[in-house]
Amino acid sequence: MSPRKKKVEWKRIDGRARNELRPIKIESGVLPNADGSAYIEMGRNKVIVGVFGPKEMHPKRLAKPHMAVLRCRYHMAPFSVNPRRSPAPSRRDNEISMVIRHALEPAIFLDRYPRSAIEVYAEVLQADGGTRCASINAATVALVDAGIPMRDLVVSCAAGKIDGKTILDLGDYEDQKGEADLPVAYMPKLERVTLLQMDGVLSPEELEQCIDLAMEGCKQIYEMQREALKKKYGVEKEGE
Amino acid sequence: MSEFFESRDIVIPGDVLFEGRTRTGDNTYRSEGKVCATRIGLVEYGRGIVSVIALEAGYNPLIGDLVVGEVLDINLGRWVVDIDAPTPAVLTVPDAIDAPFRPDIVMPDILDVGDTLVAKIVDMDRRRTPILSILGRDLGRVENGFTVRITPSKIPRLIGKKGSMVNMILKETGCRIAIGQNGRVLIQGRTREQEEIVVNVINRIEREAHTTGLTNRIQEYMKSLKEEHV
Repeated sequence: MSPRKKKVEWKRIDGRARNELRPIKIESGVLPNADGSAYIEMGRNKVIVGVFGPKEMHPKRLAKPHMAVLRCRYHMAPFSVNPRRSPAPSRRDNEISMVIRHALEPAIFLDRYPRSAIEVYAEVLQADGGTRCASINAATVALVDAGIPMRDLVVSCAAGKIDGKTILDLGDYEDQKGEADLPVAYMPKLERVTLLQMDGVLSPEELEQCIDLAMEGCKQIYEMQREALKKKYGVEKEGE
Repeated sequence: MSEFFESRDIVIPGDVLFEGRTRTGDNTYRSEGKVCATRIGLVEYGRGIVSVIALEAGYNPLIGDLVVGEVLDINLGRWVVDIDAPTPAVLTVPDAIDAPFRPDIVMPDILDVGDTLVAKIVDMDRRRTPILSILGRDLGRVENGFTVRITPSKIPRLIGKKGSMVNMILKETGCRIAIGQNGRVLIQGRTREQEEIVVNVINRIEREAHTTGLTNRIQEYMKSLKEEHV
């Protein structure tokens, strides 16, 4: 930084623009042993999701007679962060499992499979802020890959505030040093929000800005999810 | 009244397929007057009906289906059979040996846990649990052969128009094939090589189920496989 320059342009820690997403890569059908699966890379986040079901609910007393039960398990691998973390499910893991379940439930036709269970296992291989959003994005793709009837895809993206400026898709540093973090999940075709959390402090105007920003990001991710789902079949089509 | 896609385009859950008066076919739902897809698949606009041919779907048991299953458990007077459906199926003694249940019947002698069987869904009980029967030709316990799993929604492709695909595989290899509607296919041939050819062919059909002109391509593929083995 030269002392002559009076006004230094504000920039994010990784040089992104305020409304720019991290590079995203999604792949569907990566696990042959699961009924449906997906792998996502959102920046340095790496999440793999496997889906099983609909199948018989165990223990049976938890089965619902009129609808299926969605079970989600979010888990961070011991090597996903530095220093290593304990592989035992933590309070945070349990909360995020619940949050993912609530985000996905409205999109699935659970009433078509009474007395059964649909299981979603999200395994975070590498974490860099925004793993719950990455998990939801991958879980949606995995559910479609499993052939589970859905109303719409669920897309998720976070927005937040750092240095008094609203930004899209927070990384780990921005998440920890920033003033606010606001993960949003929503169904783009139905235009329904299924997850809205907030951590930190935002004024009402900033909150609206952040939600708009997150929606923008979600729409971009939605296109990538579509691409990923079609790619499984599209590549073979070219070989005709 | 408008169609939003071409027929046989790939659609994704939530895609709006049609707006206006129409019936909703397979894998679709209606919301606010629009017909949307519920599964990934190929859209089909028929006469007054919009449906999606699913590329990925679980098995939905229906009465009359032939299924290939595996015995999970033995209860008093009935076997619990895994048929890849949301709930396991049940086979009762009268449906297995055509005689009423007596306490002196040794059930594992008829079917043991882990046995593979070909069965037919004859009924659903009031909780929609499928009821199986193995009374009939070509039904019952399986002694030998291969089972292959494919996505149940691709079974019609494996059978082909009026059985063209499966008849061709039968003629070319001489293997007996039992196609379970639940996505499990049982292959019984005279030699191991014959069975392996069929396994390869079925896997290829699953990969390319959504493409056109499949039967001809499979015929050529099968010929090339046979030449390799000769």
